Parts: sequence; C-alpha cells; structure tokens
Amino acid sequence: MTGISILIGLAGIITAAAPIVFATIGETITERAGVINLSVNGTIILTAMVGFATAVTTGSTLLGFLAGMLVGGLVSLIIAFSSITLKQSQVAVGFVLALLCRDLAYFLGNPFMGLSGPRLSNFHIPLLKDIPLLGVLFFRQDVMTYLSILLIFAAWIWIFRTRPGLMLQGIGERPAAAFVRGANVNLMRYVYTVIGGALVGLAGPVYSLSVKAGWKGTISGLDGIGWIALAITIFGGWNPLRAAFGAYLFALLQWAGLVLQPSLPNIPSQVLQVAPFPLMILALLLVNIGNTEWIERTLAGLPEDVRRLIAKILRSLRASPPASLGVPFEQD
Amino acid sequence: MEVSLIGIHKYFGAVHANEDITLKIPSGSIQGILGENGAGKSTLMKVLSGFIQADKGEILLNGKQVVIESPSDAIQHGIGMLHQDPLDFPPMKVIDNFIIGSRLPLFPKKSVVYREITQLQKQFDFDLDLEAYVESLTVGERQQLEILRLLWLGASVLILDEPTTGISAPQKNKLFETLRLLAGQGKTIIFVSHKLEDVEQLCDRVAVLRQGKLVGVEVPPYNIESLVTLMFGKLVNLADRQDTCTETPILRVEDLALESPRLRIDHVNLEVREGEVIGLAGMEGSGQLLFLQACAGLVRPIHGRILINNKDLTGKRYHVLMKEGVTYLPASRMEEGLVMGLTLNEHFALAGENQGVFIDRQAIQEVTSTRIKEFNIKGTPRSTVESLSGGNQQRALLALMKNQHSLILMEHPTRGLDIESSIWIWSKLKNRCSSGSAIIFISSDLEEILHYSDRILVFFAGKVSPPIPAEATHVDQLGQLIGGKGWDKLGLPDLQL
Repeated sequence: MTGISILIGLAGIITAAAPIVFATIGETITERAGVINLSVNGTIILTAMVGFATAVTTGSTLLGFLAGMLVGGLVSLIIAFSSITLKQSQVAVGFVLALLCRDLAYFLGNPFMGLSGPRLSNFHIPLLKDIPLLGVLFFRQDVMTYLSILLIFAAWIWIFRTRPGLMLQGIGERPAAAFVRGANVNLMRYVYTVIGGALVGLAGPVYSLSVKAGWKGTISGLDGIGWIALAITIFGGWNPLRAAFGAYLFALLQWAGLVLQPSLPNIPSQVLQVAPFPLMILALLLVNIGNTEWIERTLAGLPEDVRRLIAKILRSLRASPPASLGVPFEQD
Repeated sequence: MEVSLIGIHKYFGAVHANEDITLKIPSGSIQGILGENGAGKSTLMKVLSGFIQADKGEILLNGKQVVIESPSDAIQHGIGMLHQDPLDFPPMKVIDNFIIGSRLPLFPKKSVVYREITQLQKQFDFDLDLEAYVESLTVGERQQLEILRLLWLGASVLILDEPTTGISAPQKNKLFETLRLLAGQGKTIIFVSHKLEDVEQLCDRVAVLRQGKLVGVEVPPYNIESLVTLMFGKLVNLADRQDTCTETPILRVEDLALESPRLRIDHVNLEVREGEVIGLAGMEGSGQLLFLQACAGLVRPIHGRILINNKDLTGKRYHVLMKEGVTYLPASRMEEGLVMGLTLNEHFALAGENQGVFIDRQAIQEVTSTRIKEFNIKGTPRSTVESLSGGNQQRALLALMKNQHSLILMEHPTRGLDIESSIWIWSKLKNRCSSGSAIIFISSDLEEILHYSDRILVFFAGKVSPPIPAEATHVDQLGQLIGGKGWDKLGLPDLQL
C-alpha cells in the first residue's frame, strides 16, 4: 500500500466518522443535562430515510439535513415529555422508540428504495487544501464533515468554558443545586434533549446523502450504529473531545477490518467486520472497571508497586456519569 | 434586613408541617430556630428561602410584603440559605461553583471573580483554594464556600440549616466567629439547629418549634431545662452509663493496613472484648468507614490480620464473617438496610432461618407480631417499610438482627432520629452487650460517642489514634482530634499536615 492510499484511507475515516460524531456529541449534550435518549439507533435509521426522501423529492440536500434534524428533534421531544413531564422510565420509552423508529423507517421508506438521489459533494477549502498531508486529511472533505469537526470543539467550549455550559453540567449533576442557583431545570432539560436529538437526527442524512449514499431499506447497514454511538458516549466520559476520539477510533477499527481482510485470508471476513463491536465493549469496560468491588479486592492482594500502577491507569481512564443521569427532578 | 413571617401554614398531604407560625427577626441579630427532627424547622426555612411555597401566610422584609417563588427570587431579595447537605457541585472546581449561578456574561472572566472572592475571603480569614475540586473539601470548607457565594451574590439574610453537623470543633468555632462578624455588619443570621449547646453559645434569641408549632421564644441567659421542656414537651434524661465489658476477646485486629483511592490507613491494632462498645470518631471520609467495612469483610486489607473468636478471617467476605456472628448495619436505612415496597412480614421472612422455598405465612406472622411488640415499632406486620418513620425503620432494622450476634458494626445508629428514639435504641443495643455482644459504631455526634462507648478510636485523614478510654477524654479534646489538632499529646509521632 502506498503512502497516498493510506492518507486517502485516513481521510475516509474522518468522513465515515462524521455521523457518529454528530450522534455521540448530541447524546453527550442530552446526557449532560441528565436525560438518556436511548432512541439513537432508531432515530439514525429513520432520519436517514427521511433525509434521503426529502432530498430526492425536493432535489435539495440542505432540506434533507433539515428534515433529519426536525425528525430527530421530534423523537427526542417524546422522550423529554414522557421522562421530564410524565416522569416515566427513560430507558423503557427510549428503547421502544428505538425499535419503533427503525421499523417505521423500513416501512415508510419502501417507495424510495434504491432510488438515486442527490449526494453531498466535496468542498475543497482554498489554500488550506494544499497543505501537505493535512490538506488531504482535513480540507478536501464535504461540508458536513467540516461541521462535525467544528461541532466537537463548539460543544466542548460550550460545556466547559461558558457559564450556561457550567449550568448544563450542574443540571445533570445536582439539579437541586442548579435550581437554587436560578436554573429552570426542567425547561433546560427539554431544550438540551431536543438540541441533542436534532444533532442525532443529523447523523442519519449524513449517512444517506454522503457516507453511505442512498436508501436500501433493511440492507442500508445502519442498524447497530446508534447503539455504538451510545457506547461511545459512555467511553467518552461525557466529554466531547474524548467522545470524538471514540468515534474516530471506531471508524478506524472498521476501516482496518476492511483493509486487513485481503492480507489475512485465513480469518473469515465476518470476524473482521464484527471485531470493532467487541473491541468497543472492551474499551468501555476499561473506562468503568475501576470502581468495582471485584477490582478493588483483586488489587488489594497485589504487591505495592503493581497495585499503584494499575490503580493509576484505571483512575486516569475512569469517567463518572452525570450524577443525576436518568433521575427526574422533583422540587423537594 | 428585618424579616417577619406572619401566619405561615404548610401542609404535606395530611401532615401539618408548619401551623400558624408568626416570627419577627430583627436586623443584625442571630436568631436560633430550635426543635427536634420533624418539628418543622427545615420546612419553615425552605418557605423563607423560596424552595417551597407556604400554603398560607405572609413574608415581610423590612416591613414590605414580598412574594418569594424560587430560591433565585429569594437571593434577589437578599435571602440565601445554606442547606444541611451543602447544595454545591462536588465534581466541579470551587471557582466554577461561584460562576455557575451568577449573572456573569457568556464567557465569564475568571480573573474578576478571583479578585472579588479573594477580597471577600480576606474579610473572614477564609483560605479556600479556588482551583480545588469541591469533592476534596471538608464539610466545613464547603460551608465557607456557600457563605462566600451567597454574600458575593448580595445576601443580607443568611439561613443556616444544622450547620454544625459533621464539622470539627475548630471549624465550628471559626463558623461561629464568622456569623458573629456578619451579624455585626448588620446581616440577619438565622441558625437552625437541634443542638442546645450550639444555640446557647451563639444565638441572641431562640424560637422553639415543636410538631409544626412555634411554642416559645427565649432570650439569654437561657434556662436549658425550660428549652428542653419546650422542645420535647417534657424533660428528657439520658440513661446512665452501664459497664457491660468483660475479659473475653471477640475481635482482634493486628497491624491492619487498608487502602482506598483517597486514603491509606496503617498499623491499626485493636482488641474488642465481649460486651464492649467502641466508638469511631472522625469527620466523614477520615477512614472510619473503611475500617468498619474491613471489620465486616466488605473491604480487603492490604496488610495485617483480622481475627474473630480467635479465627483468622483476614480477606474473607461478609457472608463468611456473618457465620461467625458479625453483622453490619449501614447508614442509609432505605437504600442498603431495608427493601422498599416489602412489608415487615416479608422482611422477617427474608431474614428468617427457614431455608425452604415457600414462605410459612403463619409462622412469620407470629414472629413479626412479637418483634413489633418487643421493639415498639409503630406499624403493623403488613406495613411497608417506607411507610414507617425514620425511628421506626431503625427499630425494624434492629428487630431484624438475629439474636446470637457476637459483633455488631453500625454506621450512625441514631442519625436523623429524635432523642427519645435514640435513647430507646441505645437501651436495646446495651441489652445486646449485656448478653455478650460487642459493638463498633461510627457517629458524627461526639456526645453520642462519649456517652455510649467504652473506648474511642479517632480518625483523621487516615491516621488512627490508639483506643482512648471514654472516661479519660471529653468533647473538646475529641473535637480537636477530629480536626487534626492535639495528636502530639497522644504520644504519637507528629502529624504531617
């Protein structure tokens, strides 16, 4: 393999990761506010179909993306209403929506199966595209990929560097304390749930209008991505930068599976295709294993130096969720 | 600012939590609000601070009627409240805790906040590191953080709900000094407590609440007996000490070392005999919980031995230790001790000896009824545990313990209970001691530790004192020790602070 083909492959990873970035950042924002939107998988498939159908009908990719955001926002509004206002189980409602949206997409998307539609074209950024290496990697992408990269930093700055972002952390961490500091906890939870949902809804059209252009119903290959996005949110420790790292890692693993396949003929191709999924679970495990009693007990039996080292590594990987994730806020 | 509450009523379902309370608090004074748990103190303060709204009644500030609909409304009017469990954000930095509820712009300039807070800190001689994470602070420091924050936001009335729980003697002195300073500046301080000695020491006036009603207002010099009578409706006395200690050892801890992510404890040696009560004193997170859990087999030691009835049980799990008669009663009754939604009957069925698959309803019903009578639980066999009051839940937990325990390990046996329930629970525990059980317990109430323990271990930042006989010490010394002072007098090497 030549250098340039590796480079193009890597650039492809950044493109392929864009929808996962949208979904995980969206979910990160929602969960930071203390709400779990478990419908991600269904939302991505449904918005992929809706975005494609809209673009085919109107001929505009922009309208396709907007339709995706609208549908994603509406689905998350159902989550928000049932969990914040009706105080129902976020897990149950989200899970049912995940299944419902997926099947709805397959059913309603039938007329658009296999149609050829508009596709997002690449937009080379003048000057920047000519930078050696970086130009090919980052500046010969499509608009949505640029947006996905910007979103990572924008979300990070919002959460960690602005005052409303601090309040967002507070709402998910300790709503009562946020409330005494003047926050309208439930309204803010609605807002962030819908914003997060709209971002998740952007992931679908990015697939159907760019990364995996077209709509092929059940064989679109989108089923499962949403669950991975949920896992990456946890892996990312509710931090946009770390979450983005997870998204790129996953895209890299998928790409590696494809690339390695020809050179490893002894391994069945299915193994390489499936490998990213257990690898993600393993990564997830590493993040959360540090605070288990089992690990503490095992560690206590080890010699001093080893114990210190392992404890240190586990601590640096560890991420704790917003303390009130999934807990409805009741004033008193 | 002068605060007047006029005819405040508040209902929670059928409970009349505040009944026609009228109280006037002059500007620049320290007003004590005294009462037992459940007397309605917190409810009244939550009404004043906007956390909840009164069902009837008026609030006047400097004679003008105001409507307070939320805590941020209250702070607009200059009223700020320190909650018993400080309402802050533990995983965030101190500086962010200031910024989060402020009216600063989108991208707040931290340097300005720094300067203002540092100035404010100097005024009270506080020394908070603004870059530290709140979870690394002690309860006393978190109170300082809240006081600073509220003053920074312009509070002129400060409400403190049970602020002396969980802080050391030096921190308490510092707090009282600060409050006097604030009152001197003309701020109105409302000090809510169930501790007579705190109120006596600090307050210019005391209002006593009982069962939701204001039953009296007193001024110094206080007559303690009359305050007690107001609080409880009668005089209450602590039971006398009884010595139940024998010579037979139950638990032996040899050169024990423990480690948690934040703490390390080394070289603990202790021998506990039948009938003995050992109190573990220290501020929350000083290592006493780690030690107690190690004695129960919930934490594995990294060094040393734990022997129970002369059997080496080091590193064994709780269910192994249980067979040796060890029992562990956690602090959070509802979360760890009892099962929500199950009735008392079902609890006794769970804890019973019967190992069969089916429940023998009749037998269990009998057991439950006798236990309810014996432990004076206000409830029926069919009552669910969450329908019981805190005191009755604690009684139920005790009733669930099997009879032949040799070692009882307890976190905060009487936390949140009224004084009568506390006295009753300790009389039951002492009965256990007379029949040969030993008790090790954690408490943040130093009076409780002094009164009921035979010997005391003090914990400070992972350092453990040798066992101190309860007769040989007093509240002040313990208060110093849990705050890290006076350890040199114990004949230990100097503390590195």
